[in-house]
Amino acid sequence: MTTESAILEELGEVPAFWMRRHLLGLEELSAEEITLILDKAAIFRRVLDSHGRKIVTLAGKTCCNLFFENSTRTKTSFALAARRLGADTLDFSASNSSLSKGETFIDTARNIEAMGIDAMIVRHQTPGSPHLLSQNLRCSVINAGDGAHEHPTQGLLDIMTIRQRRGSLKGLTVALVGDILFSRTARSNIWGLKKLGAHVIVCGPSTLVSPRWAELGVEYCYSLDDILPRVDVLNLLRIQFERQATRPFPSVREYAHLYTMDSERLARTKPDVLILAPGPINRGVEVTPDVADGPQSAILDQVTNGVAVRMAVLWLLCKNKMTNDEGVPN
Amino acid sequence: MPKLLITNGRVIDPSQNMDRVTNLLVVDGRIAAYDAQSDGSAEVIDATGWIVAPGLIDIHVHLREPGFEDAETIATGTAAAVNGGFTSVACMPNTDPPIDTQGTVELIRQTAVEKGLCNVFVVACVSQNREGKQLAEIAQLVEAGAVGFSDDGSPVHDAELMRRAFEYCKMFDKPVMNHAEVCELSQKGVMHEGLVSLVLGLAAIPAAAEDVMISRDISLAEATGGRLHVMHVSTVNGVEALRRAKLRGVRVTAEVTPHHFTLTDDCLRTFDSNYKMNPPLRGQEHVETIIAGLKDGTIDCIACDHAPHPKEKKMQELDQAPFGIVGLETSLGLVVTRLIAPGHLDWSTALAKMTINPARILKLNKGTLQIGAAADITVIDPDVRWQVDPAKLRSKSSNTPFAGWELQGRAEIVVVGGVVKLRRNALPY
Repeated sequence: MTTESAILEELGEVPAFWMRRHLLGLEELSAEEITLILDKAAIFRRVLDSHGRKIVTLAGKTCCNLFFENSTRTKTSFALAARRLGADTLDFSASNSSLSKGETFIDTARNIEAMGIDAMIVRHQTPGSPHLLSQNLRCSVINAGDGAHEHPTQGLLDIMTIRQRRGSLKGLTVALVGDILFSRTARSNIWGLKKLGAHVIVCGPSTLVSPRWAELGVEYCYSLDDILPRVDVLNLLRIQFERQATRPFPSVREYAHLYTMDSERLARTKPDVLILAPGPINRGVEVTPDVADGPQSAILDQVTNGVAVRMAVLWLLCKNKMTNDEGVPN
Repeated sequence: MPKLLITNGRVIDPSQNMDRVTNLLVVDGRIAAYDAQSDGSAEVIDATGWIVAPGLIDIHVHLREPGFEDAETIATGTAAAVNGGFTSVACMPNTDPPIDTQGTVELIRQTAVEKGLCNVFVVACVSQNREGKQLAEIAQLVEAGAVGFSDDGSPVHDAELMRRAFEYCKMFDKPVMNHAEVCELSQKGVMHEGLVSLVLGLAAIPAAAEDVMISRDISLAEATGGRLHVMHVSTVNGVEALRRAKLRGVRVTAEVTPHHFTLTDDCLRTFDSNYKMNPPLRGQEHVETIIAGLKDGTIDCIACDHAPHPKEKKMQELDQAPFGIVGLETSLGLVVTRLIAPGHLDWSTALAKMTINPARILKLNKGTLQIGAAADITVIDPDVRWQVDPAKLRSKSSNTPFAGWELQGRAEIVVVGGVVKLRRNALPY
């Protein structure tokens, strides 16, 4: 078992090149910054696996979950990550908010911030809302999912899980399967995976995967069966029924016929293929239970890594020189 | 009424193919003479180095009154117009109540006379209550002074209603002005569909939503012999459809906004709602096509779609924030900076699109400096560079994406009906 002081020593100081106060997306991060988060997350993962499960480095800091959209696992994961670091946590959901009284969401966030918040963890159904808050708040803002735009910690935890199993992302072929158009997880994965040297395929029905995706430097295809033999990782994205203004495919049954990852399809993959799913999963739609719970699946590991990644992000944002030496930075 | 003598200005009046340095005399609110000399009885305005143009006209303006006075009023909107060099505006009927009765038309015209700084012409609803179901009482609206018909803010969705509107408006030789958008295609989109919307994950409006509607409207105008005015055209295929229609002799005209020939969808990367407008900012290829359409005459006029909104409404999440920006006070500067200075349009062509062309579309007795015409005059410094400061806008709202931009060209003197309404050098800033 690792002692607390040894862990703290291993964590060290936040490196000088980390100049960020907010984490809004992976698009703007460098490979070096992503690797830094993943390296620190690996240390925190060992803390989570140890008996104590806790390392008090953010005592006196307060993290607020400001969620304008439903979430269970991301919200819980962030809250747990903050507590594992010794920070205080606060929860704010739009359902019990003053938003219904006509207050704008910026006013709402400013009011909560005035209670003394160091990091605001924001989920919102509209892309760019965390960015808007970052321009109007003095505390750190972490994007916990903004519409179909980005979900950086989800991208990081997916990548961490792959790196943990394969050592490196370089040269791996990673397929993102399903509802690419409406998926913030897909976008964050694409940015992160490409920066770390992976080859990315987006695969799904042509109403959710357009040729335009190729302009991001990824391969696109409509047939899951065609790519099965050559992928190292399959990340099965949830169908975002709640974001689709119109149904992009004729029926769930037809979707499942083309894209459900089942044992028959699994048999046609490389033997060491890794199955990821950001969850929550629609069992029987994106993936069948035997595959989700089978030996190739890393789905539960993703969840544990999610806490570790969020600990690393909170630590980097709350402990870096900008935030601490110069008081509250601009 | 005092006489005015505007001396030594370069008079550019596309309505009479005039472009020469001369002295212009205004007597009793009318253009009285060229090459006039001072006899001491007129106020002399020295316009040396400046351009003397017919008063600018913008036929797509939201004055918000009645109903949305928190955003703009007839008084503040016309003050913004004059500050931007405009002597006439046409206001859109998406007010509350909408402009679909004689009484509302008369109210606006009366308020404009009492409180307005410039001429206000009224565009009334095509359909009752802007619901797109039944024609508004167009004959009576014409009698009250309406100059065109539009459900702007919403497209005329029902093709059969649009057909009847063309046929009916023909009796009065009034244009039907449509906001071209197929709503089933635009859904809840907030920006142009393209690579940028894909990266940002924002609900998007495809160019086809506009293309399909423009093509439909052209077909209906062609079939009925009615007169179509396409508002704020913004797409490659829309411009191409207009070009072909004009070649066939269809009675169609079109306008474009300064923001659509200036900005692209790339601006949305900031998530700033001052880049959210409808039609949305498109890609670079669309901007280039619009400029080509302005050059070859496919696009007849420039209208800014002045759409004031209070700050608290624009400071919302991108999907909650309303569409539109203020434009009256940056329109001329953008025309000079983005069209004239780079050589896309010469002064005469550009001014035609802001004076006589819009006047002809709505059959306004405006847009000319011919002897005897009402003295609506805009005197422009073509070279001055100035910075856009939202705090200095006369509009009640300041939702502009051009804050901080340096623009070239500005109205220095604005005369409406022979009365000087703006003297730039007399302003506190």
